[in-house]
Order: sequence, then C-alpha cells, then structure tokens
Amino acid sequence: MMASSYNIKEEDGHHSGSSGPGGNAVRTKKPDNTAFKQQRLPAWQPIITAGTVLPAFFIIGLIFIPIGIGLYVTSNNIKEFEIDYTGIDISSPCFNCSQSYSWNTTTSCTCSIPFSLDQPFESNVFMYYGLSNFYQNHRRYVKSRDDSQLNGNLDSLKAPSKECEPYRINENMPIAPCGAIANSMFNDTLDLFYIDPNGTRTPIPLMKTGIAWWTDKHVKFRNPGGSSSNLTAVFYGTTKPLSWPKPVYELDTDPENNGFVNEDLIVWMRTAALPTFRKLYRIIQKKNSLTPTLPRGNYTLDIVYNYPVRSFDGRKRMILSTISWMGGKNPFLGIAYISVGSVCFFLGVVLLFIHHKYGNRNNSSDIPN
Amino acid sequence: MLRRRLNRLFGGDEKRVDSRTIYVGNRPCPATETFIPPKFCDNRIVSSKYTIWNFLPKNLFEQFRRIANFYFLIIFLVQVIVDTPTSPVTSGLPLFFVITVTAIKQGYEDWLRHKADSEVNKYPVRVLEDGQPARKDSEKIKVGDIVEVVEDETFPCDLILLQSSRDDDTCFVTTASLDGESNHKTHYTVPDMEKDLQSLSATIECEQPQPDLYKFVGRMHIYKPEHDPAVRSLGPENLLLKGATLKNTKKIYGVAVYTGMETKMALNYQGKSQKRSAVEKSINAFLLVYLCILISKAVVCTTLKYVWQSQDGQDEPWYNQKTEKEKGTILYVKMFTDFLSFMVLFNFIIPVSMYVTVEMQKFLGSFFITWDRDFFDPEIEEGALVNTSDLNEELGQVEYVFTDKTGTLTQNNMEFIECCIDGFQYTAFSSELDSFCVTDGPVSTFQEKAGREKEELFLRALCLCHTVQVKEAGPDELGGDQVDGPASEPLRPAEQRGFIASSPDEVALVKGAMRYGFTFLGLESKTMKIKNWQNDVEEYELLHVLNFDPVRRRMSVIVRSKSGDTLLFCKGADSSIFPRVRPEEVERIRMHVQRSATEGYRTLCVAYKRLSVDEYAAADAGLREARLALQDREEKLMAVYNQVETAMSLIGATAVEDRLQEEAAQTMEALQGAGMKVWVLTGDKMETAKSTCYACRLFRRSTELLELTVRTLESGGRRREEMLHDLLFDFHRKAVQDAPPARAGVNRSWSSANPEYGFIVDGAALALVMNPSPDTNCSRYRSLFLQICQNCTAVLCCRMAPLQKAQIVKMVKNSKGSPITLSIGDGANDVSMILEAHVGIGVKGKEGRQAVRNSDYAIPKLKHLRKLLLAHGHLYYIRIAHLVQYFFYKNLCFILPQFLYQFFCGCSQQPLYDAAYLTMYNICFTSMPILAYSLLEQQIAIEVLLDNATLYRDIAKNAMLRWGPFLYWTVLAVFQGLIFFFGVKYLFSNPALQDNGQVFGNWSYGTIVFTVLVFTVTLKLALDTRHWTWINHFVIWGSLAFYVVFSFFWGGIIWPFLKQQRLYFVFFNMLSSVSAWLVIILLIVLSLLPDILLGVLRKPRGPHTQQLSKESLLYVDRSPW
Repeated sequence: MMASSYNIKEEDGHHSGSSGPGGNAVRTKKPDNTAFKQQRLPAWQPIITAGTVLPAFFIIGLIFIPIGIGLYVTSNNIKEFEIDYTGIDISSPCFNCSQSYSWNTTTSCTCSIPFSLDQPFESNVFMYYGLSNFYQNHRRYVKSRDDSQLNGNLDSLKAPSKECEPYRINENMPIAPCGAIANSMFNDTLDLFYIDPNGTRTPIPLMKTGIAWWTDKHVKFRNPGGSSSNLTAVFYGTTKPLSWPKPVYELDTDPENNGFVNEDLIVWMRTAALPTFRKLYRIIQKKNSLTPTLPRGNYTLDIVYNYPVRSFDGRKRMILSTISWMGGKNPFLGIAYISVGSVCFFLGVVLLFIHHKYGNRNNSSDIPN
Repeated sequence: MLRRRLNRLFGGDEKRVDSRTIYVGNRPCPATETFIPPKFCDNRIVSSKYTIWNFLPKNLFEQFRRIANFYFLIIFLVQVIVDTPTSPVTSGLPLFFVITVTAIKQGYEDWLRHKADSEVNKYPVRVLEDGQPARKDSEKIKVGDIVEVVEDETFPCDLILLQSSRDDDTCFVTTASLDGESNHKTHYTVPDMEKDLQSLSATIECEQPQPDLYKFVGRMHIYKPEHDPAVRSLGPENLLLKGATLKNTKKIYGVAVYTGMETKMALNYQGKSQKRSAVEKSINAFLLVYLCILISKAVVCTTLKYVWQSQDGQDEPWYNQKTEKEKGTILYVKMFTDFLSFMVLFNFIIPVSMYVTVEMQKFLGSFFITWDRDFFDPEIEEGALVNTSDLNEELGQVEYVFTDKTGTLTQNNMEFIECCIDGFQYTAFSSELDSFCVTDGPVSTFQEKAGREKEELFLRALCLCHTVQVKEAGPDELGGDQVDGPASEPLRPAEQRGFIASSPDEVALVKGAMRYGFTFLGLESKTMKIKNWQNDVEEYELLHVLNFDPVRRRMSVIVRSKSGDTLLFCKGADSSIFPRVRPEEVERIRMHVQRSATEGYRTLCVAYKRLSVDEYAAADAGLREARLALQDREEKLMAVYNQVETAMSLIGATAVEDRLQEEAAQTMEALQGAGMKVWVLTGDKMETAKSTCYACRLFRRSTELLELTVRTLESGGRRREEMLHDLLFDFHRKAVQDAPPARAGVNRSWSSANPEYGFIVDGAALALVMNPSPDTNCSRYRSLFLQICQNCTAVLCCRMAPLQKAQIVKMVKNSKGSPITLSIGDGANDVSMILEAHVGIGVKGKEGRQAVRNSDYAIPKLKHLRKLLLAHGHLYYIRIAHLVQYFFYKNLCFILPQFLYQFFCGCSQQPLYDAAYLTMYNICFTSMPILAYSLLEQQIAIEVLLDNATLYRDIAKNAMLRWGPFLYWTVLAVFQGLIFFFGVKYLFSNPALQDNGQVFGNWSYGTIVFTVLVFTVTLKLALDTRHWTWINHFVIWGSLAFYVVFSFFWGGIIWPFLKQQRLYFVFFNMLSSVSAWLVIILLIVLSLLPDILLGVLRKPRGPHTQQLSKESLLYVDRSPW
C-alpha cells in the first residue's frame, strides 16, 4: 500500500539520480540476456503431421497385431477347467450340504463331484477356488483388518485396531486375527482324486505353499514372538475368530505354514478387486516330464462343505488351470491387442489415403501465400 | 484504519466544522484567551494490514473467504467428522500447504510494509523547540510543530512553508512520488513573514484534510504585540506535501498542518479495485460444472448404494457385519453421511492444486515480461514493469484498445516548428540543427512581413508568458533541460541553460523564441529578464500569473516593463483565445492555425493587452481578494481571470510539433491487423488529433470519416439536439445498416472491399450523447452511438476530459458481449481510463509516473505494446487456457475410474487408489509438467507471432476456454477414464496375472489403473507440447521417473505410521507381471489414439493462418525433421 509507494519513490529518486551521464545503471537494470529469460531456450519442436503419425500408426499396428496373436494363442493354449459346486441345483451332489448350513455343526458336510478332463493338463496345474457376488472390496470389509497384528506385533495382538470392529473382541478376549476379512476366511476343503479306468481313487498331491506372494509370507505376515516359539503359548489370551472352527495356531501342522504365516490365510487377506474373483488354493506340481500332471480321464472333487454363500446369493467354484508367462487364461488381452493394432493399421491406411488425396492440394494452395 | 476511525470518534466536534485551527509552534496566541491544544492524529503512517497478534486469525479469515479455500476446508472438516473413505490427510495436507504458503507470502509482504512504515515513522526529523532544532522521530510530529527540512529530504508531513533559505522566499520541490511530475515546482513562503520564527505567534485556519493534491485554502493570522493581527492567504503554493522532496533549496522551515493518515498523500492512497480476468471467470464456470458433476456423482452413488443394500443379503452379509455404532445410526443421517463420504471420495475432481498452479503460473510467468530485453528502453534505462500478474492472459484477449494521444502515440517531445505573426507565416527553420544561427538577428525571411514591432512584441510575449524556470546549470550538468530529458542535443555555451517547466509546450516556445533571438534569462525576485536582438537585457516585473487550467485552456501573465507599461500576455488554445480578441484580427490568423493543426502541430494563439493604471488596479484588487477567499476560491479566481482576459489583441500563433512515437504507425497497424479496434481518446483538439491519426495510419486515405463534433452539430444552423439526432441516424444507416453483415464474430474480413469508416467525436458531442437533456427522450443515442463506433475501424475522441475517457471505456466494456478493453496512456489524465479498462497499460512517459503506478503493466514505449499483446499476451493466453483445461481433464479421468469402481464394490465408498496416490497425484506426479508447459510453451514462435498479427484473432473471444473445447477435453477425459477402468477390469476377469499363478487384489487393480493414468495424462501433455526445452524434458520424464521411484519406495517398506500396509510390494509385483505391462502399454496407446488422430485430422482443415505459421516456423527454426 503506502509502503510500496515509498519504494517507488526511492526508485524514482534513484532513477533521477542516475539519469545523468553516468552509465553504470545501464548494466544493472537491463534484463539479462539469457536464453531462459528471453524465452529463447533451444527447443525441439515436434509437429504432429500426417507424415510423422502415419509411420507411427503402421508401426503400432505391426507390433500390436503379432503381440495380440501371440497373447491370444497363449491364452487359448492354457487349459482351464471349472466346476461350480455351490449346490444350487437339486441335482447337484452338494445340494444337501448347501441347504443344511450351520456354523456350529461338529460334523462337517462333505460332498463329492465327479468330473472328467477331455485333455491332459501338461505342466503345473493351479487349483483355484472362485467366489461370486462376494464383496471382498466393500469398504467396511477392506479396512477391517489389523496389519500390525498380522505382522507379529504383540501389542496389537492383545489390543487389536478399532478398524476390526465388530470382529475385534469376543468374550473379552482379543480375536486373533481380528477383523471381518480374517473372520470370513474361506474354509472349504477341496481334494482331488483321479479315478483310474479300473475304478481306484488316487489322491492327487496338492501343494499348500507357494500360493502367496513371497513378500507377504516372509515380511508382511509374521507370527508374534518369532517363528521358533510355541504358537499356542504366544496366542494364549486371544480367541479364534467367530466363524473359525479352530484357532489360528492350528491351521496347519507345518510350523512354517501355521499361525499368521499360513498361506491360505495370507491369500485370503489379499482382498479381491471385484465381487467375482478367484484365489489360488493349491498347486499340483508336475511330477516328471513324461506323464502329464493331470492326464485325461475321470476325477472326483471331494468337498468339505463349510463355507456358506447362499445367504448372499453367492457361488463357489473350483478352477483347475495351467499358467503361461502371461498368467491365467484371459483372451481379453490378445483380442484387445489385435483390435487396437488393426484399428491403428486401418487408420494408417485411411490417413495415408487422405494425406495423399488432400495433402497435395493443400500444399499447392499454400504456395501463392 | 482503526486509528482513523478512532480519530473521527475523538475529534468528532472538530470534524463538524469545515476548517481547523492550528497554533503555529503550539503556542497560545494572544487572540484566544484559553489555549486548548486541539487534538489531531499523530504523524504515524500505517499501511500494514496485520499486527503480530491479529495476523493468524485475520489472515486465516481472509484466506477462507475465498470460495475455493472454504470449499476445501469444508471437505477437510467432513473428513475429520464423518467416517470417510480417505483420511483427512489427503485433503488436509494440500490445503495446509496452500494456506501456509499464502500466509507466509502475505506475512512477508506485510512485514515489508511494517518495515517501510517504521522506516518512515522513525525517520529522524528536526522540530523547532524553543528556537532550537530538536531531533525527533517522524511519527512524533504534531500538528502545529515547526519542522526543519534540508535539501533532498522528503517532507514528513504536510507543511505550510514559513521560511526558506533562498533569498526570494521560494523553494523547489519535486512531487515525483505523488503525482509523478518530476519537474521542479516552486513553492512560496507565506508572504511578509518575519525572520524570527521563535517569536512568531500565529494561527492557521485551513480546511479539513482532503485528497485533492492541488487544492488548499487557508488563512494565517499573525499576531504582533503592538499591531492588529495580520491576515495572509494560503494556497497550494504555500503547502509542501508529504512525500515531495525539497530540491535546490538548502533549508526550509514549515509548520505541520496535516499529519499522518490525514496528509494528502495518505488520503490519496486508494486501493486499486481487483481486476479479474476472463480466464478466471471461465475457471469459475467450469468449476460449477464440475461441482455439478461431483454432486450428481455423489447422489447417484448414494442412491445406488441404498438400492443395492435393499437386495436380500447385500446390506449386511454374514461376512461383513456392521458395527454397533453403524447399526444405531438413523437411516437418514446415514444417508447424509454417505452422501458426504462420496463427496469426499470424489472431491479430487476439483483440485486445490489447480489454484496453486494457476497462481504460480501467473506469478512466475509475469517475470518473462520484466525480463524481456525488447522492452528495455535505453533512454530511460528501464524495462517493462508488471504491477499485477493476474491479467497476463488478458493481454491475449484484447478487443478494444483505447490510447491516449499525447505522450503515448506522440512523443510529447515538443519542437517549435513555425509561427504566425499578424497573419504572416514564419517557417524559419528549414532544418532543426542549424536553427541556432538566428541568434545574431532575424533571418531574412523574418523581415518585411509583419512590422518589426509586432515581431518583437510576439517574441516578448513568448518569452514572458510562461512559468518556465531556468535551471542554474552546474558545471557537471551542462545542457539538457528537464523536460526534454538527457537525450537532447548539447547546446552551445550561450544556450547552456536548461528550462524547467510543467508543460513541454512552454519549453518549446521559450526555446523557439530563443532561436529567433529573444532569450529568457530567468526570473529573479519577481523580475523576468530577457535578452533581445540587440543583446540588451530587458527587465519586466512579474505582477501576476494567471495560471493555466484545462477549463480555460489558456494562461496569462501581467508584467510591468521598465517604462512603466503594464502588459498582459495571454496564450492559449485558439478556441479559448478567439472569442476574447477583436474579431477582425481573428480571420487572418485562423487560417494559419487550422492549416497548422491539420499538419499535426499543436497550435497556441498569443494575445496581449495593455492595461491602464485603473484597469490594473481593479484586476490587482480582484485577484488579491479572490486569492484570500477561503470558500470557492477557484470559482472566484476564475471569474477574475475571465474578467481580466478580455478585449485583448491577437498577435500571432505558434505551431509546435509533437512527434510520433517510434513505430507508432506500425504498432497501430499491427493492432488493427490483430483484430483490435483502436480508439484514440485525447484531450487535444480535433485537427491535431486527426492528423495524428492519419500519421499513425489509423485513418487512411480511403477511410470515410464520420464526424460528430460541435462543428458539425452547429453547421446546420439548427439546434444541437436535432442535429445530433439527424447525424446519429445518418451515420448509423451508413455504418451499421448498409454495411454488409461482416460482423460474424470478431473476424471481420480484413481485406474486403467494404468502405472503412472512421468516427470522430468530441467531448461536447459525447456529453450530449451520454447525458441527453431530459426533454429529448433519446436514451437510444447511446446504443446508436455505440453501434456506429463498433462498426468503424478507428474512432477518435478528442477534447475529452479524463472522466469522459473512463466513461467511454466503461460504455464499451459494458456493451454486448462484454469485450475486453485495454487502455494505454502515460499521464495523470489517463489514470481514470487505465483503472476502468480490463487491462491498463502505463507508458513510462514524460508526464510523470501516475499512469505507471495505476497501471497493470507499464512499458517504456508505445511500440512495446505490439510485442506485449501479440507475443506475450498470445502465449500467456494459450498457456493458461491449456493449463486450466488440462487440470480439469486430468482430474476427471483421475476420479472417473474411482466413480466407476463404486458400481463394483457395492457403492461402499471404497477408494480405488491408495491414499498416498490420491494425495500425491496432483501435488507431485502431474503438477510439474503442466507448470513447465504453462511457463515455457510456444506453440508458435515469438517472431512468427509478431510478423503475423492475424494470428491473434485465432484466440480472440476466449477461444480456447469456450464450451466447445471444454466439452472436447471433458469427453476425452471420460473416454480415457472409461478405458482405464474397463481395460483393467477385463484384465482382472482372471486375476491370476503372474506366471506363478498367484493372484492380484484390489490394490493391484488400483495401482495398474493409476499407473496407466499417470503415464497417459503426462504423455498427453507431452503430445500437446510443441516446444520442448530441456526443462520440459526434465520435468516430464522426471515426473514419470519420480512416480516409479516413489511407488517402489512407498511399497518397499513397512511404514510404521500406517495402519494398513496396503501397497506393500504391490507395485513390484505388478511390474513382475507381463500382463500388467502389456495392459498398461495397450491402454496408454489406446487412450492417446484419439488425440493423435485429431492432431492429424485437424491440421489440413485448420485455419490457414495456423498452418502458415507452422510452416514458417519450420522455416525459421531448425526443425528436427
């Protein structure tokens, strides 16, 4: 305000003082002649013209289409087999199980579904369970966990985060692991049997490990009190989640896969992005290079049916799939690449046509100007 | 301000009377028995806004008065109170940052003001106490104190000059900081003051403080023990204003009359009203649209949430029970909080950072104007000045240019060209350089035309009738009069004198007379000395100066020669002189005056009158009486002046050339080529102004001139009003109705065969148009007038009062389509129009600094306007328009996937992106490239812009921020948002994306979308960048690299302060998946495809000019191709 006018006054005074023959002020007042200040920085000035874009379109087309074809073929080569074992249909073997649901049954309901594979599954086979209409991405659900408890923090073990409500404390004991996610952990047991042509059931060995991210298993999830100690003691004073049949330290007999570092738990704790999702359940390792992992033939899927989904109109599936470098079977990427590549190529052709037809005329009209 | 209010409160009684009484030296006077020291405010200047105590609350209050800040505060509060999906940090942190930075900036500015204030307030002054000067702080000065000021000091308050160290009881001051006039002004002591100030016993009665710098009336009563009180009149010539500087005078004593906030300087300070640019209005409009989008999104989601929840088993499935608190909440409250939660989730669509970026862009961008060397003027050693950075882009939107003539179009560097004595023309100087040869005697052409006596009389008149002072040239400052500036040619020893005057015309006239052989030697104690042809010194006693004022348009002096004759010399505009001289003399001179005027010269007529003793006595008495009057002094003086200046005889006329500014014509041509309409608003007379217009090529030979002046109005012999009516309708028919409808948009066809019209209007006619007399119900005149003006290529308004200039600007500004106006001027009389127009440009001219101070931008010369508008304005506009559109675009495609995700997560307000990404997106990942773009982009090279003025039309009428482009950007954003979301969604139909069969979760989903988003949005900007400097490269690729590095870092550590380690190794795992890579590449390419395609397709169909420029650009710069 006024002060600024004082400044200006000073400047005036300075100016009138230096307006004489003394030329020292010139150098100080004249703006610097730097490229930046004069907006003359050397610059690359690309221009989008048909000439520059056309090759780009063709190149994109030429790269994308082969990639797309490769992806599509890869995806098609992936073998995938899926069974819905929810038991909605009355004809389904699991119908009874799905009807008689109750958490507190001591005797679990089992059912077995026969199926046959038309083609052998050659390499490692990955066994997924899939759930539909299950909102693992619901906000209330997603935040209902305590990562610090899962990371082995003893304080959090005894006093879980408030986010875990209403799955935080049961009968004045902290729940471990707390929260809605852990509470609703998938607890069907799936077993696979190969039916020989002669009728004998051969159980197929299923690997429980290697299904979770390495970093999750080794860093993000840790049992309280270190790995060596007695889990039962460590978890003393906590209670199991409401819907679990057994406490967390009895999830597995293998101490490396028990407690919070149980991979089934870890996989479940990685909340799915969409309401229809699949999660890795077991891995069927290829035994040798001669026999396929899962030969053609008949199989049965034995299910210990614990997990209720009918109340929210959900579905349960079991998926057997091989895996390629691009992951599981998904034709989307291949198709998308092929179509984008084709569109680019097509546009390239159209542009070339337009450029050829109108570009010349345009240039000629410019010359008089 | 509070101080003032308090003063008003305490001094309530004193305020009611319209004069104040001051006791000189604060001593009681014999006349008043009881001495009550009156209360006036102290001499403290307070310009700061805050104190330490009120800074925080007051500053915060002012900041949150901005709608945007308030909005963000509300969002933040909602986040704190309601259970919302994102933590309050996500919006609190940016807001805190913005508020803090602004507060620091404002606090710093206020600290500077405090410092400046205290520098002024603590400035040591010397106050006479008991006859001895005592040192005091400036703020301690009380009204009535006698203050001592020495040379080159500024006056600490408004003083009445009591005593000067100069013999002639005068002192010189410059008022450069007040009104900008840098010439020396003479001020006089109170007449007949005794030398001993200690014994002085006097009171001063003067008016209450008022802001007019040139008005002051007062009366001084001097009490002497044995005499009656003497009364002296006080006028502005006795008043030394605070802020002015004492010059050429060793020491003065003055008594303080107005102090502190009551000084004229303080009263004159007025906050400039905030000007807002059209871009800002567009931003606000877009904001509204986005706010609507935001609210409708929230409404849709809230509705859907409750629809979805009403399905069986979805509201509270067994695996996802509600908490007790949630169950207890009433449904409607829950709905409302859900709505708020959605608002919070989507609030990033209106980013805080946009305001920060826009502000930064404007602030930093304006440096390019001050840095521009092309704006540097070696003469005044100054470059351009930016007073406000808010209007940078407005420079690219100007549709109407209002320019002052004198000093702006012309140099205000007067050159005496010719004169006319008694009807004979003397064009003495064929060339300017050898003009001094006439000092020996009259040149041959000078004789035998008018009688020698007339010639001598004329030259004496020129030498006497002025207020010029001779500058005593010290040995170090030879030559160079104040007005002409340091560039004037060195004078020969005989003319080694500079002249100081308030008007350059006067200097030109005195110098002209000097060339003819009559030299003005100076004014010493009321005696003017001139040297005549015979090298004799003639002395005249200066009796009275009848000052110049713009209403009378003339000035006079009354002098008494040695022989005892009392003479009155008067010079002034022809229109003001002719009626006051004998009519028979007029005709001979009128012809010359008009001819000179059409050649573009400024003409003045000179008249004289011999006063008889009685006449002089009457005049003298009248003048003295009028000068003593406290009330209506101006009017009374005017009346006396008019009475004295009658029945004169005309001697001759002078013609002074006011040369055009450098490149004035080219500049005007360029502005017109750019589609701007140039109006010349001047106080000068029509002929002169018209010739300037021709010289500037505003009018061409082919231009048909429509004249609406007093002359045309009176030519018909009818009443003015009738004539006005007829003329207006006639012109309207010609210029508007008959003209082909070329007014489709601003792009009026430039080279069409339509006749061009020029419109001339003068102040009197304008007054008739603007304020029609009530009986003629002609409010239509205004719109007719405006329509005519708008259809003319150039408009000249002459004889304008400053206020009328502003009136015109206002009229155009408020006309249909509210065009952007620009005013450019250099003098105090242009201030009103500079303040009125959207953009005010001050020329750092000779008429002082007032225009510069009140302007938004100041440039040294008119020619710089061309680059300022065509290059800087154009670029600024493109930059900020792109910045605004881009910001809305990038936030729409940022939030759209989050919105779409709600349909797949049960409308549960689950955020798609991690909180860190939500917060950092606008602050770190995408802010720097656009800032660099908006500072450095030059889609068209500066040289090309300057060469092709027509390019300016491409961006006229806010072309890049209209709804069309906005829609394009919005559609693009929606398209990209859809692609991001659904592309990844289809990929996630099988979430087993790694080659070890492991699956990805929701945070991987969000991270992939976010990665695509950041890359697409940045690459989109890269596609739009046409000017890749190393900074652009650095910032664009740097931002992307920073995103990647940050993501690794953020996901690489278990952060102890985070409740959930959502992103732990998510980014790493994403990169280990080939599918994720492929989908990212695919989606980026697909999103950018339409833009590339449009870039290609637009080009062949685009406007011819753009192509031209690009091709010439290719030619000018070494293109990489």
